[in-house]
Amino acid sequence: MACFVVPAAEAVVVTAAAYVMKKTEEKKAAQTAGGNAADLAAGERKIPWSRKLRWLSGLLWGGALLLAYEHVWHGEVVPWFPFLTAMNDPADTAAMLQEMATIGVTMAGIVTGVWVAMCLAADAIVKRSPKATAEKAPV
Amino acid sequence: MTLLICVFAAIIATIKWYKRENDNMRLGILCFMFWGASLMWLGDAIWEYAELHEKFFTPKPADMLNDAFLGLSVVAFALVVWLIIVLVRDPKGTLRKALARK
Repeated sequence: MACFVVPAAEAVVVTAAAYVMKKTEEKKAAQTAGGNAADLAAGERKIPWSRKLRWLSGLLWGGALLLAYEHVWHGEVVPWFPFLTAMNDPADTAAMLQEMATIGVTMAGIVTGVWVAMCLAADAIVKRSPKATAEKAPV
Repeated sequence: MTLLICVFAAIIATIKWYKRENDNMRLGILCFMFWGASLMWLGDAIWEYAELHEKFFTPKPADMLNDAFLGLSVVAFALVVWLIIVLVRDPKGTLRKALARK
């Protein structure tokens, strides 16, 4: 009914967090610009948090957009107020809130869980030496 | 059916993204859209399975057809969104050149 609202709400929070993180990282980078070469080299092998958060916001916004389309298809979202047809009837509203608390939270949880796994895998790949990557490549 | 079509679209987009030579076509956007939607529909499918059990795997042909139609139109919608983003960003300047031509 409106399960996509939960991941969309998470997407808003994550997008804001990514923006704040990016600003913080830029400030930090400006401060350490005069730092030693070893610190800079270590930093190059790390994926910035702002980038990782952008992956999560991409997944959440992208998924929420396509699910919103599905809800329009089923007539559950309309272009006029209150936009959700379930809001017109108190019984439907209760069912909608129940669906958001169960399916919506599950959707947001799965996307976030996959993103955590994605970040761990990405960190491991970036830390891997170029030689190890070449060795894994097929002949 | 919608979930399956979306997963296949996500896999194809990811393979295209992996084989890309540059980021001009912004294939990452397509990957995020398809994978995000696939994961969300997976959550939906888990709840549906918990409710229907084995009936979940034997949908009526009419429902399957309707879901397939929805899945294909979701893919078309995502491709249109992606195309608009690529044309607006115009990374190769092709659109700008075409519009500037007298």
